[in-house]
Amino acid sequence: MQRVKMENTTSYGNRAPKGLLREWFARTPMLGWLLGFLTAVVLENLVGAEIAWRLGLPKVPVLFGFVIMLKKPVLIPSAVLYEILIYGLPVALIGRFASAVTNSIAALLAKIPLTLSAALHLGLLYAILHLWSGISDYRVIVLKLTLVAVMLTLSLNVINGYMGEFSCSHPGFMALGAYSTSILTVLFFAKDKLFGPPLLPPALGPFLFPLALVVGGLVASIGALAVAIPSFRTRGDYLAIISLAFMFIVKSFIENLEVVGGPRGLRGQPDLAALPTVFLWTVACIWMINNFVRSTLGKALNAVRDNEMAASAMTVDTRRTKIAAFLFGAFWAGVAGGLFAHVLRYVNPGTFGIQRLAELLAMVYFGGLNSVHGSIVGAVTISLLGEALRPLEIFKWIIIPLLLILVMIFRPTGLIAFREFDMESLLRPKFKEDDKG
Amino acid sequence: MALLQIEKMTHEFGGLRAVHDYELEIQPGQIRGLIGPNGAGKTTVFNLITGVYKPTRGAIFFQGKRINGLKPHQIASMGIARTFQNMLLWRHMTVLDHVKLARYSRIGYGLIGAFLDTSRRRIEEAQIEQKAYTLLELVGIESFADQLVVNLPYGVQRRVELARALATEPKLLLLDEPTAGMTPEELVEMVEIIRQVHRELGMAIFVIEHRLRVIMELCEVVQALVFGEVIAQGTPEEIQNDPRVIEAYLGKEKVF
Repeated sequence: MQRVKMENTTSYGNRAPKGLLREWFARTPMLGWLLGFLTAVVLENLVGAEIAWRLGLPKVPVLFGFVIMLKKPVLIPSAVLYEILIYGLPVALIGRFASAVTNSIAALLAKIPLTLSAALHLGLLYAILHLWSGISDYRVIVLKLTLVAVMLTLSLNVINGYMGEFSCSHPGFMALGAYSTSILTVLFFAKDKLFGPPLLPPALGPFLFPLALVVGGLVASIGALAVAIPSFRTRGDYLAIISLAFMFIVKSFIENLEVVGGPRGLRGQPDLAALPTVFLWTVACIWMINNFVRSTLGKALNAVRDNEMAASAMTVDTRRTKIAAFLFGAFWAGVAGGLFAHVLRYVNPGTFGIQRLAELLAMVYFGGLNSVHGSIVGAVTISLLGEALRPLEIFKWIIIPLLLILVMIFRPTGLIAFREFDMESLLRPKFKEDDKG
Repeated sequence: MALLQIEKMTHEFGGLRAVHDYELEIQPGQIRGLIGPNGAGKTTVFNLITGVYKPTRGAIFFQGKRINGLKPHQIASMGIARTFQNMLLWRHMTVLDHVKLARYSRIGYGLIGAFLDTSRRRIEEAQIEQKAYTLLELVGIESFADQLVVNLPYGVQRRVELARALATEPKLLLLDEPTAGMTPEELVEMVEIIRQVHRELGMAIFVIEHRLRVIMELCEVVQALVFGEVIAQGTPEEIQNDPRVIEAYLGKEKVF
C-alpha cells in the first residue's frame, strides 16, 4: 500500500530556556517548590516574629510586606530583607540545591497512580497554605477569597475564553448562588431574625453544606438558562448585552426582596466555610473544569469559537455545546458565590455589581484566555495585588488597570494563554536527560 | 436506491436565483464532479446539501430520507462530510484535536463523563485517538499530529481538513475545490490521496473543481453548472467536448 508522506520540517524541540532565573531553576520539580515553600512557612512560624522584631518591623509582614512598605517607606529595606530571609532564600536554596533529592522523590511518585501522587502534592500545598495563613486571621480571609476568585475566574474563562463569547453575568450567577446557599444554611442551621430558629440541628451543617452549595450552583445554572436560550440563537454581541442586563436584573431583584433583607443584605450564615472546605471545593472546581475542557466534548467549545460553521459541519451541535458550557460555568460561579457568602458570613446585593464584574474580567484577561494556569495566575495575582495595594486607596484602581493595559499590549491574550493544564507533566521530575530530549 | 437524490432544487437569495431546478443522483461509491465558472453556484449546491442554506424549493433525499430542513450537524451525523473551499480550520487546535473532534456525534460518555473523567471516557478517548491517528496516516500527516494548524504548510492544512472530514465516517464526501491554491506537485499528491481514500474507505465523493485536470482524473460523471443551471452532464470526455461547456466555461477554443 502506497502512502503519500510528508516530512516534518519544523522542529519545536531544543528551545533554550530564556533568562537566568529560568535556567537556574530549570531542574526544580513541583515537589521542590512545594518543599521550599513548606520550609519557608515553617521558618516563619518558628522565627518570623523574632526576625521581624530584630529588623525593626512592627509585626510579621502579613502580605509580603506591601502594607508596611506603603505605609512607612522607611521600613522598605527591612521588609524586603524579611521577605528574602524567610521566603526568598529557603525557596531558592531548596529549589536549586535539593533538586537531586526532590527529583528522585518525584520520579518515585511518578510511578504510583497519578491520583495518589496528585493527592500527596495537594496535601503538601494545603499544609503550606494552612501554616502560612495560621499567622493571622487576615491571611485566612485573604486566602479564602483568593481561592473563591480562582473558581470564579476559571468558570468565567470557560465562557469568555474557551467558548469565546463575552458574558457579563457572572456576578449575577454568583449572587444567585450566594443567596440560595445562604437562605438554605440560615434557614436550616442558624438562629436568625428572618427565619427563626434552625430547622435542623446545626451539627448537621458541615455535612449538608456541600448539598447547599450544589443547590446554589444549580439555581445559578437555571438563571443561566434564561440568558442562554435567547442569546445563543445567533452569534454576536447579543450575549454581552443580555448577560449584562441579567446581572442588573438579579441585583435589583434581590435589592427589592425584603425576605432576604433587601439592600441591607443577609447576615448570620453559620461558620461553614473553613479553609479546608474552600480548598477542597477549589480543587474540585479546577479538576472538573480541566476535565471538561480537555475532553473532546469540551474541545468542541474551541471549535465553535474558532469557526462555528466548520464545527457544525463536523457533527458538533453548536447550540447544545454552548448552552451546556454556559450552564456549567454558571454552576461553578454559583458554588463560588455560596462559598463567598459563607467566608464573609454576610452578603448584600451591592457586592454583585459592575465593579465585581470588572474585577473578574480583569482576572480572566490578565491571566490568559483558554488556560487553567492563566486563570489561577490571574485570580491570585489580581486578588493579592488588590489586597496588598489597599493602603493606596483610590490609586489601587489606577495601578491595576494600568497593569492590565500593559499585559494587553505585550501579551494580548493574557499572561499564560492557550496552554493545557496537565497534572502529570506538572508533577514530573526534571532530570538532565529531559532537557536534552 | 441512490445514495443522494436531489429533485428540482432551487435556491434564491432575495431576488437572485443562485441555483435553479438542480437535479442530482449519486450512487454509493461513485465519484462525481461539478464544474463551472466562478459564481456559477457550485458552493451554494454544497451549502444546500449540508444544510447551511435551506432550499427555496425542491427536495433532497439522503439514503431515502428527506434531509432539507435539517440542521448542518444533523446532516453531518447522517454521513455527509465536507471540506471547505477556503479551509475552515480551528486556529487554536492541534491537528490531532481537529480529527478527534469530528467524532463528536459518536461520543457516548456524555457530559458527566467529560466532567468527571470516568473510565468510560478514558477508553472512548483512547479509541477516538487511535482512529484519528489511522486517518492521519492515511493522508500522510501523522508527524504533524501535535502541532497547531496555523503553523503548517498549506498543503498539510488541506490534508488536515480532509482527514477531519473522513473522521465523521461519511458515506458521501463533498470536496469543495480540494486543490485550490496548490502547486502542481501538491496537486498530484492530493489527487493520489483522494484516490487512495476512495479505494480504502469506498464512500461516494462529490467534488467541485476549477481545474479540469483533477476532474478528468477522478470522476466518472461530471456536471457543468453555469448561472445555477446544469447545462451538461456526462463522462469527463463528453463534458470536455461538449460545445456548450466549451463555450460557457472554457471559452470559444479548446484549451487542451
